[in-house]
Amino acid sequence: MKRSILEAAKVIRSKNAGPFELTFDIIFKDREYFELFKSQNIVNPELIAKLYKIDVSDVLGIVWFAPANAVKATIKRPLASGAPGETDIYGAQQHAPLLEIEF
Amino acid sequence: MGWIMTDEFRVLSPTAILGYGFPESSFRKGMERKPHLIAVDAGSTDPGPYYLGAGKAFTNRAFVKRDLRYMLREGVKNNIPVVVGTAGGSGASVHLEWCRQIVLEIAAEEKLSFKMGVIPADVSKETVKKALGEGRITPLACVPELTESLVDETTYLVAQIGPEPIIEALKAGCNVVLAGRCYDPACFAALPIMLGYDEGLALHMGKILECAAIAATPGSGADCALGILKKDSFILEALSPKRKFTCESAAAHTLYEKSDPYHLPGPGGAINLENCSFTDIGDGRVEVRGSRFEPTPRYLIKLEGARSIGYRSISIAGTRDPIMIGSIDQILAEVKAHIKEMSPEDDRSEQLFFHVYGKNGVMGQLEPLATTSSHELCIVIEALCPSQDEADTLCSVARSTLLHYGYAGRISTAGNLAFPFSPSDIKMGNVYEFSVYHLMDPAGEELFKPIIEDI
Repeated sequence: MKRSILEAAKVIRSKNAGPFELTFDIIFKDREYFELFKSQNIVNPELIAKLYKIDVSDVLGIVWFAPANAVKATIKRPLASGAPGETDIYGAQQHAPLLEIEF
Repeated sequence: MGWIMTDEFRVLSPTAILGYGFPESSFRKGMERKPHLIAVDAGSTDPGPYYLGAGKAFTNRAFVKRDLRYMLREGVKNNIPVVVGTAGGSGASVHLEWCRQIVLEIAAEEKLSFKMGVIPADVSKETVKKALGEGRITPLACVPELTESLVDETTYLVAQIGPEPIIEALKAGCNVVLAGRCYDPACFAALPIMLGYDEGLALHMGKILECAAIAATPGSGADCALGILKKDSFILEALSPKRKFTCESAAAHTLYEKSDPYHLPGPGGAINLENCSFTDIGDGRVEVRGSRFEPTPRYLIKLEGARSIGYRSISIAGTRDPIMIGSIDQILAEVKAHIKEMSPEDDRSEQLFFHVYGKNGVMGQLEPLATTSSHELCIVIEALCPSQDEADTLCSVARSTLLHYGYAGRISTAGNLAFPFSPSDIKMGNVYEFSVYHLMDPAGEELFKPIIEDI
């Protein structure tokens, strides 16, 4: 039976990394969850592309950061921050699709 | 001032952004620790392109003055340098002057006298165009190529300066330094680097202190933090009994707002955190080791600029009609088509945006859910046109068309929208976008010099 990422993560957030990139952080509750997700490569470019309906080529990178028990994914912003059609200048409310991740 | 390298160098960071405030008790506690430097980051590109493009501050003047008053009074009285990075929020000359005027007011009111260094971070269009012609400009990831016309249209063009011009001002004896657009850690790291402390540790400490207590837990953008730089480590300390630094909070902050937590690029090089360790040393303190500065083969600086792209008008309305909500996408598409039909010579459909809250107003094209289960929607009608008059007209026509549009299956025929306000339409004024976000190789040219004055 699949479990929700909310069991494993204590922080799931999004934010601009400069005006042209959007970055997602998932910080796990402990090292065990971090290692579990990392060893099974659960967060990968294909998953991010699927969750956000974007091309895999727009997923700029996935970095596992052990000092914070965290994984970071960065995507190309659909629009530069503040460009016509913008919905979220700071990029701080783009995280919700990540809550659907299961393990 | 006669500077010597001591065993440790204490830096007080009062707040995450100058003007966000801090509790007086935390500031006092910080002053009791006898800091060698009081420094604050005053800017960010986060609030969007408007503030740089329009030359306006995104922080509140009264609160910037309130924060600065504490810093200047205590700093000048105790002979502790005060360094402000990215003055005025976006750090162009107009922002710098805004901040300088506040400093002058405080100095007069508090009867303070000191030597001040002001460092403009503007880069002239000629300099950028010359660099462009010589192939010394490269776009950052996901940024379009720069062109001469983009440079010409840019209203304010700045570079993120490194610690060097701040060091020059401090060496000249300045007690107060106001820097224009500045690499966030530079205002914290300049003085310790000048004294011989390790550049990687000084910059990494600055990277954390620039957000002050945001990197503590519970985090706050309106509270102080203390950084203690040593020969081969630095220590982070919260100054409110409500918070502490933990390994996790400090490490997690390293992720914040950047794409690669192991390599943090800045002017002239990057901080490498591959061998960085965080150790809990008790009492809510964390010790960080192993951060290294790696210079790049050429000293590159990041340019930022914004240009005007027109004027905006908006109207805010809601709907509570389930039939309308059920086919909202179709209705809005038809309204756009109808407006186009009314003035076919003057197609403005690309200048009209509907933000539909309750459906995809927050995520736009990234929204994975195709349908809404909300019983009501908020629709923000946005017109973005070359002039304010045109934006007002388009917004007004879109509002009236949507209000009375006879969509298929409609049974509520008196009006489709609930307006909370009269007037319903709001002029938003000039709109900007980031036009420059590129790296430049200044080819050895010294672009940033402090202007020194006695206050």
